[in-house]
Amino acid sequence: MASEHVIELTDITKTYAAGELEVHALRAVTLVIDKGEMVAIMGPSGSGKSTLMNILGCLDRPTSGSYLFEGREVATLAKPDLSALRLTAFGFVFQGFQLIARTSALDNVALPLVYADVGAKERTERAREALARVGLAGREHHSPTQLSGGEQQRVAIARALVNRPRLILADEPTGALDTRTSVEVLGLLQSLHATGITIVIVTHEPDIAAYAGRRIVVRDGRILSDERQSPRDAAADLLAMPAKAA
Amino acid sequence: MSTLTTIVPLAFGALGRNRMRSLLTSLGVIIGVGALIVTVSSGEGSKAVLVEQLATLGTNLIIVLPGSSTQGGARGGSGSGRLLTHSDVLAVLKGVTAARYAAPVDRTVTQVVLDNQNWLTTVYGSTPEFFAIREWAIERGRFFNGSEADSGAKVCVIGRSVVAQLFGASDPLGQVVRVKAMPCVIVGVLAGKGQSSQGQDQDDLVVMPWVTFKSRMMSQDRIHVGSILVSATSPEEVSHAQTQLLGVLRQEHRLTEGTLDDFTVRNLADLAATQEKAADAQTGMLRNVAAVSLLVGGIGIMNIMLVSVTERTREIGIRLAIGASEGKVLLQFLLEAVVLSAAGGLLGIALGVGGSIALASAMGWPFVLTPFWIFIAFGISMAIGVVFGFYPARKAARMNPIDALRFE
Repeated sequence: MASEHVIELTDITKTYAAGELEVHALRAVTLVIDKGEMVAIMGPSGSGKSTLMNILGCLDRPTSGSYLFEGREVATLAKPDLSALRLTAFGFVFQGFQLIARTSALDNVALPLVYADVGAKERTERAREALARVGLAGREHHSPTQLSGGEQQRVAIARALVNRPRLILADEPTGALDTRTSVEVLGLLQSLHATGITIVIVTHEPDIAAYAGRRIVVRDGRILSDERQSPRDAAADLLAMPAKAA
Repeated sequence: MSTLTTIVPLAFGALGRNRMRSLLTSLGVIIGVGALIVTVSSGEGSKAVLVEQLATLGTNLIIVLPGSSTQGGARGGSGSGRLLTHSDVLAVLKGVTAARYAAPVDRTVTQVVLDNQNWLTTVYGSTPEFFAIREWAIERGRFFNGSEADSGAKVCVIGRSVVAQLFGASDPLGQVVRVKAMPCVIVGVLAGKGQSSQGQDQDDLVVMPWVTFKSRMMSQDRIHVGSILVSATSPEEVSHAQTQLLGVLRQEHRLTEGTLDDFTVRNLADLAATQEKAADAQTGMLRNVAAVSLLVGGIGIMNIMLVSVTERTREIGIRLAIGASEGKVLLQFLLEAVVLSAAGGLLGIALGVGGSIALASAMGWPFVLTPFWIFIAFGISMAIGVVFGFYPARKAARMNPIDALRFE
C-alpha cells in the first residue's frame, strides 16, 4: 500500500472544563494513518476514543497539537471550513444509524449532495448508485422505520459514500446489530476498503476490531498499543454462518 | 440560487411531515391577516358609502349661513347676528364667477295636510336652482319653473317619504295639499336619496318657490334669507368660489378691513374631511387590533419553531455532522418559518376576502379592496416569518453537532 499519510496527529490533547475540574480526554496523542488503511480504534468507554473520533472527523477541535489531514493543518480551521471538509472529504457512519425520520432512504442518502449544491437529477442518480452499492436497490422509497436495523445501517453507509469521501469514519457501526448483520456490515466496509477508501472504525468489541488491518487501543486518553494484524475476512465468515431465515 | 432551489424543498418536506401542526401554527397569521383584510376592506367600503352619501347633498356645495352676535360676552348661535338678505343672493349671483348656481333657502317644520291625513315635515322655500345644487332628480312630474318661482305660485315638489305618508299608492301629481293653511298643487315627486350619513331621511321634504314660502309661511318678510346654497363650477373650483364669496359678501355687508365676517361659509369638502377622519380613526383602531393578532401569530410561529428545533435536535446534528454549513441550516429553518407564515398569509387573504364580501353584503356597502393591501398583507406575513423565524433558525444552526447527535 502507498505510504501517503491521510491523517497525521502530533501531540493532540483535548481538555474539557467540567465545572471546577479539568477533564483530560486526550493526552498527547500522536498517530499516523496512511491512505488505504482500515483501522480499528478500541477502548472502553471513557477512554477517549470518541473524542479522538470527533477530532479525526473534524466535528471537534483539539485543545493543542497538530492535525494534518492530507498534509493540511486542520486543527485550527474555522467552523465553515471544517463543515466543508466534512462534506467533501469525510463519510460518517454514526452510532445508532442517525437517519432522518419519515424521509425515504433515497432522500437520506442524497442529503450530503443537497448541501454540496449538486443538481436534483445528479443527486437522485448518485443516491441510487450508492444504495445499489450497499445492496439496497429497490428500497429507495422506504422510510427508516420500514427498514431493518441492518438495512438502516446500510443506508447510513450509502449516505457516507455518496459524496465520494477519501475517509470513512464509523462510530460503533455494529452497536445495535446482531452478529450476522454485524459481519454483513463489516463485509460492506471491507469491500469499500478494497476500493481504496481509508476506513477508521471505533468500537469497544474485539470481535469487530478483528476485521481491521490495524488495531489501536486507547486508554485514559493515551494510545496503549498500536499493532498491525491480518484481518478476518467477513465474506468468508458469512459463508461459514448458518443462513438466516428469510 | 442553486442553494435556494435545493433548500426550499427541504423546508417544504419538513412542514409536510407535520401537516396538522403546520396548519395550527399558521392559524395566528391566518387570523391576523384575515382580520387585517376585513378591517381594511370594510373601512374602504364604509368610506365609499360615506362619500356616496355626502354626494347626495350635492358635490361642489358651499353653504353660506348668517353670522352670530356677541352680547355681554355670550355668543349667540347662527342667525343671532346680521341676517342674510335677498340682495346678498343677487350679489353672489353677479360677483362669484366660480359659482354655477346660487339659491336662497329657507325652511320650517310644519304640518302638511291632505284631506283627513297629515304629516309633519320640513318645508323648503327656494328657487329651481336648489334642485341642481342639491343634485335632486325628478321621479314623476316636474320641478317648479322660473316664472312660478318669481310669481310666487302655489306649487310644490314633494319627497318620496311624504308621498308614502300622505298618498300611499295613489298618484300625488295634481293633488292639492295644505301647507300651513295654504293650498298648494303638487307638480312633481323627487327621486329618492335615502338616509343621510347622520341617518336622517332626506326624502322627507316639501319644496316650494322661495317667494311663495316667504309670503305664506313667514310673516311677509321678503328680504331676509335663512341660508344661501352655492354650487361651484367644479370640485376644484370650490375653494376659489369660497374666496370669491368671502370678498363679495364682505363688500356687500360693507365690512372694513380688520372686522370679522358677519356670516359663515362652509363647504362640503370640509364636512366630508371631518367625517372621513372619524371613519379613519375607527379603521385605524381596528387595524391596530389586527396588528396585535399578527404579532401574536408571529410569536406562535416562533414558539413552534423553537419546539421544532428542540425536537429535531438529532436531525440538525446529522445535517451539521455530514457537513451542512451553518448558513444552510439557518436558511432551511428560516424558510420553514417563512413558508408557514406566508402560507398562513395566503389563507388569511382568502379568509379575509371571503369575510369582507360577506360583511359588505350584510352591511349593504360595496366590497372594496385595493390590490395594494393584498400585497401588503402578504408582505407582512412573509416578514413575520423572517423576524420570528430567525431566532429559532439561528439556534438550530449554532448547535454543536456532537451534542446534538447524542440528544435523546
